[in-house]
Amino acid sequence: MAQYQNLFTTVQAVGPLHHGVPLGHGNSPRTGKVPAIVHLFGRLGNAQIGPIYLGGLGLASLILGVLAFNIIGFNMLASVNYDPIQFVRQLFWLSLEPPGPENGLGLAPLNQGGWWQIVGSFLTVSILLWWARTYRRARELGMGTHVPWAFAAAIWLFLVLGLFRPVLMGSWAEAVPFGIFPHLDWTAAFSLRYGNLFYNPFHALSIAFLYGSTLLFAMHGATILAVGRYGGEREIEQITDRGTASERAALFWRWTMGFNATMESIHRWAWWFAVLCPLTGGIGILLTGTVVDNWYLWAIKHGVAPPYPAVFPEVMDPALMNGGK
Amino acid sequence: MNTTSRTRRWLGLAALASLTLLAACERPPMETVQHGYRGTGMVQVYNPRALVELDKANVVPEAQPPADASGPKAGAVYQNVQVLGDLSVGEFTRLMVAMTAWVSPEQGCTYCHAGANFADDSLYTKVVARKMVQMTQHINSSYKSHVKETGVTCYTCHRGQPVPKEIWFTAKSEPYGSNFMGDKAGQNTPADSVGLASLPYDPFTPYLLGAEPIRVQPQNALPISGAKGESIQRTEKTYALMEHMSSGLGVNCTYCHNSANFGGWEGGPPQRVTAWHGIRMARDVNLAYMEPLTDVFPAHRKGELGDVAKANCATCHQGAYKPLFGQSMLKDHPELAAYRPYAAAPPADAAAAPAAAEPAAPATKP
Repeated sequence: MAQYQNLFTTVQAVGPLHHGVPLGHGNSPRTGKVPAIVHLFGRLGNAQIGPIYLGGLGLASLILGVLAFNIIGFNMLASVNYDPIQFVRQLFWLSLEPPGPENGLGLAPLNQGGWWQIVGSFLTVSILLWWARTYRRARELGMGTHVPWAFAAAIWLFLVLGLFRPVLMGSWAEAVPFGIFPHLDWTAAFSLRYGNLFYNPFHALSIAFLYGSTLLFAMHGATILAVGRYGGEREIEQITDRGTASERAALFWRWTMGFNATMESIHRWAWWFAVLCPLTGGIGILLTGTVVDNWYLWAIKHGVAPPYPAVFPEVMDPALMNGGK
Repeated sequence: MNTTSRTRRWLGLAALASLTLLAACERPPMETVQHGYRGTGMVQVYNPRALVELDKANVVPEAQPPADASGPKAGAVYQNVQVLGDLSVGEFTRLMVAMTAWVSPEQGCTYCHAGANFADDSLYTKVVARKMVQMTQHINSSYKSHVKETGVTCYTCHRGQPVPKEIWFTAKSEPYGSNFMGDKAGQNTPADSVGLASLPYDPFTPYLLGAEPIRVQPQNALPISGAKGESIQRTEKTYALMEHMSSGLGVNCTYCHNSANFGGWEGGPPQRVTAWHGIRMARDVNLAYMEPLTDVFPAHRKGELGDVAKANCATCHQGAYKPLFGQSMLKDHPELAAYRPYAAAPPADAAAAPAAAEPAAPATKP
């Protein structure tokens, strides 16, 4: 027998296909004349694929983004002597590295960071164009601009890592390599170089908002799924009625923890937690090396880190005793 | 019905995929040993199953009973004895037997000695062995800060193999590509030398041959205006050396470092001081004993760039926090404890010494 579920929906209702609202002056036509219906996509979301709004901003962003992606890929391929098997096997290790510290903020030779600088500029412009595209599309649909501003928070962290901080430090070598494991090694080395990032209060805030985001997402997602049998995903039309999915959801939290979000406020909570994660994280990165050189010593100085009792016999730096290095 | 079986199949596939992804991991349970203040992560993690294997690989061969120290000296009896000449013939022979068992148990005496004339230096292995005896004596006398009274013998590194298992050569920094694109910058390769991380895979040449500064963490809270700090690239190189030390000794970072403050010495484990001297020892050994042997070794024993095999932490430690888990073999071979001058001129009956020395030892396994 057919059954209705609100996630991984096995029965897909398909109505007449439409292209969405008509658009005014200055907009491109949408790409894709006949939208496709893909059953597998319908299991996760809407089964209708397209038409897509591409436009000038989208096209320019895509071209620059694909160029950056390919330059990274070809550098990785060249680093394994154009061997496709090694390219796949070593893919997670491969990387496009930023210039060395000897280059400062100047242009580096192509193979010693020059490609990284080209990719960085292409990717930055591509992402900024994509941001403008999300802003324009939101406005054209008469929506608020919450999505573009949330995206901007992520772009802030991206620009701090790859542009703002390297410029303040006077060296592109401070920036992150384009590679899977290499960017993780960069993260570990960054923390080691600047005296343990765990003592950076903005790093701590960022983690609090990251974990907070996952907690809120789980609470909200679980609540709505749990009242899905009463049509809980149709949130707004239910807010004021008694006995609805919405009221049961609210009562559940009021009974279990004495306080409940509203159908509107839960989304504001989620938005701010998600946005504050890269925002505070970016501040923490920007302060590192520019105004704080060793976060542990900074934390000890300001009473943030507790001094622990000595467990080991006292040791002295042997370099001081031998006069060596 | 159909939906249920299909769901089961998907779940099965998902479980299989998860197991495949975890295939490279070591299975639990692990054993943890706390050695710092509680709650600070000063903990060593051991895999008890791997420790059983490591125990088997670190069994010390039984020492032969001490030889008679009296009687004529080896330097007087045999020809061309440049080191250890002050040992009695008995002691000398005992050490030669031991060295054969430690280094070339299958090849026997002739791995180093050419045919019947044991005084002959024509095999490169004999020249190397002599230098290595001097190196052992140097380590045991000049680096007590690292080897304490436990000391080292040939067996510490060789373990019954003519070439120690853990040696290193300088890596070719850019093995692929033109100068147009694809520079790996000496990293980003799954290399054993750095525990399969994407860190720079030759941390030995700059630190265990050269003397580049290893310290990268400033010991001041705020930046000092005008001072240029160490780069992230240099930090990754240091990190790579530390990764080698960690895997070479089978320990975590916190075996030597204070988890809160890796760069600071205060409040940290004293093991870091021992390790500090170990880095200097490896550098000294490579510069003073291995590098001068470069021309002695045949091409097939050398690295890609024609350099000689060199030592790092793993050469002796081989995965144990102390080589051979701290069992001393030096106590049974005091002749290796320090340089022993033998300046005594051959006595009057030197002419009576056999021209071609007697075979020092039969090629039997102990």
